Amino acid sequence: MKKRFPLHILVFLFPACFIYTLFMIFPLFDTIRISLFTQNLMGENMDNSSNIRAFIGFRNYYDLFTNENWSWHFWNALKNNTYFFLLHVSIQTPIGLLIAAFLSSKDLRFKHTYRTLIFLPAMMSIVIVGYLFNLILSNLWGIPQTILGVVGLEHLYQPWLGLKGPALITISLISIWQFVGIPMMLFYAALLNIPDEILDAAKIDGSGPMTTFWFVKFPLILPTVGLMVILTYVGNYNAFDLIFAMKSLYAGPEYSTDLMGTFFYRTFFGFQMQLGNPTMGATVASTTFGIILLGVLIYLFAFQQRVTRYQY
Amino acid sequence: MNNVKDKYNHLIMHIVLLSYTLICIFPVYLLVNNSFKKRRAIFKEPLSLPTEETFSLVGFTKMFSRVDFSIYFYNSTFVTLTTLFLVLLFGAMAAWALSEYKFKGNTMLGLYLAFGIMLPIKLGTVSILQLLSSMNLVNTLTGLVIVYTAQSLPLAIWILTEFMKQVNQELKEAARCDGVNEYQLFFYIILPLMRPPLATVAVFTMVPVWNDLWWPLVLAPSGGKQTVILGMQQYIGQYVTNWNAVFASLSTALIPILIFYMIFSRQLIRSITSGAVK
Repeated sequence: MKKRFPLHILVFLFPACFIYTLFMIFPLFDTIRISLFTQNLMGENMDNSSNIRAFIGFRNYYDLFTNENWSWHFWNALKNNTYFFLLHVSIQTPIGLLIAAFLSSKDLRFKHTYRTLIFLPAMMSIVIVGYLFNLILSNLWGIPQTILGVVGLEHLYQPWLGLKGPALITISLISIWQFVGIPMMLFYAALLNIPDEILDAAKIDGSGPMTTFWFVKFPLILPTVGLMVILTYVGNYNAFDLIFAMKSLYAGPEYSTDLMGTFFYRTFFGFQMQLGNPTMGATVASTTFGIILLGVLIYLFAFQQRVTRYQY
Repeated sequence: MNNVKDKYNHLIMHIVLLSYTLICIFPVYLLVNNSFKKRRAIFKEPLSLPTEETFSLVGFTKMFSRVDFSIYFYNSTFVTLTTLFLVLLFGAMAAWALSEYKFKGNTMLGLYLAFGIMLPIKLGTVSILQLLSSMNLVNTLTGLVIVYTAQSLPLAIWILTEFMKQVNQELKEAARCDGVNEYQLFFYIILPLMRPPLATVAVFTMVPVWNDLWWPLVLAPSGGKQTVILGMQQYIGQYVTNWNAVFASLSTALIPILIFYMIFSRQLIRSITSGAVK
């Protein structure tokens, strides 16, 4: 007779597996299924409220990538999002690394205070941060003019959030400002884990602080740097709140701050004259899902497998 | 000679760290500070602390006369605490099963559950909305709790499994010899031992749930079921030109998190640096 699966194991596993499967895994795959249907049975811009859907295969994807109605917004959002991510990686990671390296140096005073305060913005709601920076950068209030004025650079001020090029950079910098604490903490934790013997050995061999950092510490924490990059990647292609708070769904000026998240929301729920389109929304979400999955797979197979890990 | 160099290095580090710390807290200072000032003072002297002359609570009185923030606070608190309870209970149960019992598919199940750490649940929105509306859970707090629980479980299970593997084997065997059954073992012996990692999971669960905008916006946008963040967002959308009210509502939404962070920052930072997230 086959041995029965012990009941208590099932009892322990069931609630978590049930909720996770039904409300997380199922919806992710069901969204892909929905993306293969259309509700626009009578052509473009018809009433979407009916629940009749027809299977159309990959037509939605074809439309999303090539049909003018969608493709401009899609490629624009993807381009902005990639830019947003590249700015994060190239600015947030070095700042986080620098602060973590400083904080991990021995007998530095006040390091707990620095650490706590630098991590503080990461605890705040992105929506609060967005509105707050809208006020700070507002022409009416004049904070940046005052600050630039102190160092005599007042002429450098521009209404950054309102200009097509600088708006996305400004918003990226705000997001970087908010989340620098996360790489800082992860790098700091990784640096603390390096055993003293290794660092002492380097010192005895005559290696200075810079050499030690780049040739001993950095290679040792490289796995953490990789982890941080992929976490940033997933977070960035999923970003929504900051643009929504600062720019609403217009993602202005001229959609120059539009990201995949805001594009998804507009497509799904509709915006201004355009009606909401659930199946096209599902297509945008599934495409984003594919982009994120691709990044995660590249990380798992190309980076994590190859990078050397040291066990202490 | 070396000592002088060390001192010089430390000086540079302090200058860099101090300037960056100021950059981090300056906007927060501007926000909290100006929410207690008169309108004229906000514009005239944004940097200075409120004095007897410029101090005013006009923003807060205005805000509380227009919207009932206490409802939003109740909603956010209810959603966050219920989610927390479910995540800790179900997460710990699943983590216990994964770490303690050998059964077929254990590793696969662990991987399946860990899959969700990297995947953003937001991308399932179209389907989740359909699912919850078929269950009549749109515009309810229950709907939010369910989604947040599903979203928070993977990381909770992963962290807790790591810690449960370290529980002393002899302790468990001794308990079993005394005739304790598996449920009693878990609830009376293992769970109390897991307090520190449960606290870590609690912080990682609560902060994103409290701060979230997406799900309240999608699932519970009206009908008095808004959370603090969404309520604040909707309020600011209407009164964007009243600076006092805007500052007051931003502060109101921020202060609970500031207090929470002041109390738990040590615990949080210790749990991050002790390798809970490796």
